[in-house]
Amino acid sequence: MSGTLLWATVVAGALGCYLLKLAGLSVPAAWVEQPWVARLVDFVPAALLGALVAVQGLTSGHDLVVDGRLVGLGVAAVALALRAPFIVVLLLAGAAGALVEILTG
Amino acid sequence: MPRSARSATLRDAVGLGVAVGLYGAAFGAAADAAGLNVWQAMTLSLVMFTGASQFALVGVLGAGGSALAAVGSALLLGTRNTVYGVRLVPLLKPQGLRRFGTAHWVIDETTALSLAAPDRGLARLAFLAGGASIYLLWNLTTVAGAVGAAALSGPALAALDAVVPAAFLALLWPRLRKGFPEAAVQRRVALGGAVVALALTPIVPAGVQVIAAVVAVALAGRPRAREEAA
Repeated sequence: MSGTLLWATVVAGALGCYLLKLAGLSVPAAWVEQPWVARLVDFVPAALLGALVAVQGLTSGHDLVVDGRLVGLGVAAVALALRAPFIVVLLLAGAAGALVEILTG
Repeated sequence: MPRSARSATLRDAVGLGVAVGLYGAAFGAAADAAGLNVWQAMTLSLVMFTGASQFALVGVLGAGGSALAAVGSALLLGTRNTVYGVRLVPLLKPQGLRRFGTAHWVIDETTALSLAAPDRGLARLAFLAGGASIYLLWNLTTVAGAVGAAALSGPALAALDAVVPAAFLALLWPRLRKGFPEAAVQRRVALGGAVVALALTPIVPAGVQVIAAVVAVALAGRPRAREEAA
């Protein structure tokens, strides 16, 4: 991706997200508080974040790949289940990924 | 308002700012891993200022996705801030030009702080103090993360590769935990999103599978009756 396109992506995404925030303070509440709209908005983050976990952890380009990232995800899941602080979760996941790289690389 | 309630509100707001600030370092590192420079990472934290959307934008770019797919997934995740704004209007009553400033800080954390405050005055204080501490720390740690990650090599790069999916899991986790409204349904939708994305990965352009995963929202089913929605 060219530098200009990358900047355009950053600026468009940033302004779009700001306008979504501003819309919430500006539009009549009834527009947003339709049951169907509320339902969609409640569950979109789970669907997208689930997809992003899978894509970031298990794919490379068009291929499914199993490597240190999956080990890191497993370690992170255990740490999250044990209610570890966020920074500990990330450090453990990173350490697991680095260890797999050292052992297999 | 009583002084003790004020100081408790301030303490919560600043504490949350410090905790969330740590995500900023992870975001800066993820942005660097995705090929953004420090200025681009800073622009996202300064202007977009909504964590999940920022992570999604750089995550999709990092996976080789198009500009459209990256912006699309950031905007889809940003829609929840619209709903937060609607909930905050009666508490904050932003007038005139102040609306433009208030809008910038409407995120998960400031909404939670404001809605939890015992009265309107404390809700405003919680919004401002939480927003200020989160904004400051989020931006400082973004720079630290982006600059730090740019210096990594070898196994440290593999560590960063493993940190990015773990960061998405950490963003998702609170929604799946017991106590979150309809946690079981959230889990079903998240798993559905993951399956849809993996199934589409070999066949669609990179990044599109993330947006397509919104079809998993259908697994949530119909809206509940009105009295349960609150």
